[in-house]
Amino acid sequence: MTRDEIFEKVREVLVDALGVDDDEVTPDARLASDLGAESIDFLDITFKLEQVFEFKISEGEMFPTNVAQDPTYVQDGKVTPKGIAELRAKLPHFDFSEFEKDPQLRRIADVFTVSAIVSFVERKLDTNVAA
Amino acid sequence: MRWMWIDRVLELVPGERMVAIKNISLAEEHLHEHFAADPERGLPACPVMPASLIIEGMAQTSGILVGQVGAFREKVVLAKISIARIDRDAFPGDTLRYTATIERMDEAGASTRGVIERLDLHGQGEPEQIGRVDLMFSHVDRNRSGLAFPEHNFVFGESFRTLLQSSGFAME
Repeated sequence: MTRDEIFEKVREVLVDALGVDDDEVTPDARLASDLGAESIDFLDITFKLEQVFEFKISEGEMFPTNVAQDPTYVQDGKVTPKGIAELRAKLPHFDFSEFEKDPQLRRIADVFTVSAIVSFVERKLDTNVAA
Repeated sequence: MRWMWIDRVLELVPGERMVAIKNISLAEEHLHEHFAADPERGLPACPVMPASLIIEGMAQTSGILVGQVGAFREKVVLAKISIARIDRDAFPGDTLRYTATIERMDEAGASTRGVIERLDLHGQGEPEQIGRVDLMFSHVDRNRSGLAFPEHNFVFGESFRTLLQSSGFAME
């Protein structure tokens, strides 16, 4: 499946899960601040991607979990360099370069973009084929 | 008034589907306001089951189905109405049949599909599908926001226990 084909399917999932219009789902759109996703929507998106692409996404595989609760990851409302390094290693589909400049925890949802979801699916499909 | 919008559970296939019914009665106070007669406009009273309460009935049906998987220990709360379509009205004397199925489920929550049918009086004729309500539930103890909730299970209380028992199902 090409990246464009994956994007089209991801777009359908997001239109369905978030009730947004087709043209709002651009690669740079952020799920929360641009498309209005709330916490339950992330679970909805996960379920729908599993259905469409026929793979299983385990907890913490696509979106980070328990970051805020871990003091080695977050201090004074900011994600520590160690935290960012760990997030990069665990979640290579997200681009943390912008976030890193001002790593306030409340801004972390800005890295959840449409293209990051496409990258996640792309990697996941590659891994499945390789396995 | 008890906040119970289903009267009996007819079928419960654990982790898969649940069927429940709701008998609409003129004794329900709200039906006399929804909708009351409007003499000024010459309109007679028209008691109709509010669509919001039909959604609640499906939420209770689907919620019990999801809660049963974790033996009602998890707090299962309605988190999202993915689809709600009610195409036809339901009136006093009608029986609504809610069929809920689990579409997907994991530790964090579940998504369900729901079909609402109206059974005509005296059970004659074919049931008529009058709507669809698809929902998402969250297991609040394992929610990702890290919020704390009370220890006791405020979701599945005594009323649900009674409903299941009187329908012939054990809650444990």
